[in-house]
Amino acid sequence: MADVTQTPPQPSESLALEVPIWQKRIRLIWRQVRNNVALFAENPIGLIGLGIIFIYAMMIVIYPLLIGNVWDPNIYHPVVGIDQSLPFHPAAPSSDHLLGTDPLGRDILSQLMFSTRTAFILGIVASTVTLIVATSIGAVSAYYGGIVDTIFMRTADLMIMTPTITILIVLGALISLDIFDLAVVIGLLSGLGAATIIIKSQALTIKVRTYIEAARVAGGSNFHIITKHIIPNLLPISFLYMMFTVSAAIGIEAVLSFFGLLDIRMSWGLMIRTTEYSGYLLDFSKWWLIFPASLSISLLTAAFYLVGRALDEIVNPRLRKR
Amino acid sequence: MRRYVIRRIFQNILTFFLFITAIYFMLDAQPGDFGDIYLSDPRLTPEMRQTLRAQLGLDRPVHERYALWLYNLFQGDLGTSYSNFPRDVLDVIIERAPRTLVLFITATISAYYLGFVAGKILAWRRGGFTEYSTTVAGVALYTVFLPWFALMMVWFFAYTLGFFPIGKFLDPVIWRGAPVDANYVFHRMLVSVMITSLFIFASFSFARRLNPGQRRITIWLGVAIGLGGLLLYWITTGVGRYAFDIAHHLILPILTLTLVNFAGIMLLTRNSMLETIREDYITTARAKGLKDIVIRDKHASRNAMLPVATSFILALAFVLDGGVITETIFSWPGMGLTLLTAAQVNDIPMVIGALVFTGFLALTAHLIADIYYAFLDPRIRYT
Repeated sequence: MADVTQTPPQPSESLALEVPIWQKRIRLIWRQVRNNVALFAENPIGLIGLGIIFIYAMMIVIYPLLIGNVWDPNIYHPVVGIDQSLPFHPAAPSSDHLLGTDPLGRDILSQLMFSTRTAFILGIVASTVTLIVATSIGAVSAYYGGIVDTIFMRTADLMIMTPTITILIVLGALISLDIFDLAVVIGLLSGLGAATIIIKSQALTIKVRTYIEAARVAGGSNFHIITKHIIPNLLPISFLYMMFTVSAAIGIEAVLSFFGLLDIRMSWGLMIRTTEYSGYLLDFSKWWLIFPASLSISLLTAAFYLVGRALDEIVNPRLRKR
Repeated sequence: MRRYVIRRIFQNILTFFLFITAIYFMLDAQPGDFGDIYLSDPRLTPEMRQTLRAQLGLDRPVHERYALWLYNLFQGDLGTSYSNFPRDVLDVIIERAPRTLVLFITATISAYYLGFVAGKILAWRRGGFTEYSTTVAGVALYTVFLPWFALMMVWFFAYTLGFFPIGKFLDPVIWRGAPVDANYVFHRMLVSVMITSLFIFASFSFARRLNPGQRRITIWLGVAIGLGGLLLYWITTGVGRYAFDIAHHLILPILTLTLVNFAGIMLLTRNSMLETIREDYITTARAKGLKDIVIRDKHASRNAMLPVATSFILALAFVLDGGVITETIFSWPGMGLTLLTAAQVNDIPMVIGALVFTGFLALTAHLIADIYYAFLDPRIRYT
């Protein structure tokens, strides 16, 4: 270690010091970001996805502003509100209720906007768990190999074959799952499964690069190499898998609340469940009961999936157009 | 090849063992125990409860109970279902598993076949409006909220157009006074359709060895004889209209599950084809002046098949989940619906039984996919 630091001064040292190293780094990162943004913008599919996500994100911002000021909480509350001025519920869309009311007299638009936050929280928590679990396990099992690798890869094989929704149906029926429990379970299931295998195969290609050798020669510990050299290089592909996890998590939550197996107050899936047990499920003349929620689930799932696909083309250059 | 298959079978048995162990301990860790369902009667004294617990074996430590359960499982005894009392779990599974298998196998095969063909054509026509619209449609189908999509199918095909019945397995009005029960007809349907498919498959593989002129005729003849024989068999049995009723109920769930799975395969085949098209041997084939369609079908698509076969292993869980949802929406009384209803009424033996069946199905499909993969890619066999 000492020998390495005592190298004779380089002739270009004065030249290199004119620009501090952190500025250079920032410039490099900035250039990379700009390139990637340009690549992303080339692809209209990714932009559509981003647009949909932005619209729903705006709903989260607008909702708290609306509910206290414009909308009376007694009428517009997503769970306990009721509009008693209308004689019959579910009421068709009107100027008061832009998307009508549900069979219990609650405003659909208010429910829709309130549930957006639930969907985003779920997606973000689940994908963060996936990111942490998959990246660390992928890096560790690629770096060490041997018995660690075998254990995690066999676990991943098992997880891949586990039908997530089926298992969660059983869990949801037996114990009470709230949104955070569900997010953590989904994150763990997807983080230990397919994502780990793909991230590990990426880590294997990084492990044999020369800069890892260099770091080891310079005396870097295993921990240092994994955290400072391998994991940062895995982040792009992990981020890609975050997008797919968000997409899956929103879909799973919707299915489970549609079956009535979750312990939550309001979500898109629950809105459809309300429609179901009120007997309006196949009555498509009352479209505002089932279409807004179902369409939101499908759109937001598709949006994250599309962004993931567009990112895939950046991370994986072979998919690009020539 | 044989060594590879034996090794895979051994590994799969091990995975299955791990899976059922995980299932058992996961359900054992739930609050309350199996005994609480029998023990909720307030007239039972604490002593009687204790005796009942002892009789049910609930007072023993968990590893002993697990060993006993495993022993019983390999004896073929999965316990008694609470919600279908006094039927055995295995009995219920034997009745309902074929219904799920039909849904699963038919939908999977048709989804993979159609998806592969569509993806192949899509990749060949790169760029322009067709590509974007098909990709968007594919993504929409792939990420659509499945219960809603199934409802739309019911609403459109069954409720508005009236082509198909709305859910359920059979129409009780037609079946009133039927000489045979539904399982009898259904099992015969399965066997006859399986024989027909085998016959048609055999005629296809026979036709491949003939020259192109005779090939077409042989294939058409094989299909005609197969379908004709099937039709003739059902007309002569006299229960044909009951079989038709079940088949009529079967179409819409299969269509829904196929459409949903089809999109993912199509998108994947397209990506895989796009990578294959850049290989040197495609350029060589072009330079030789081969027809476009020959290059696509014989040179590109066969090599693009590998990732699609891999994806089947990855998508297996997705297909099984889709099956549970589809069965629920269509009230199709298969294993998925059984699992959901059993879970909702805390029928633990039935839940475990259904999960064991699901694990078994997943592993068998996985094994078949593995063998098929080794058949496609010699590199797997010899390592």
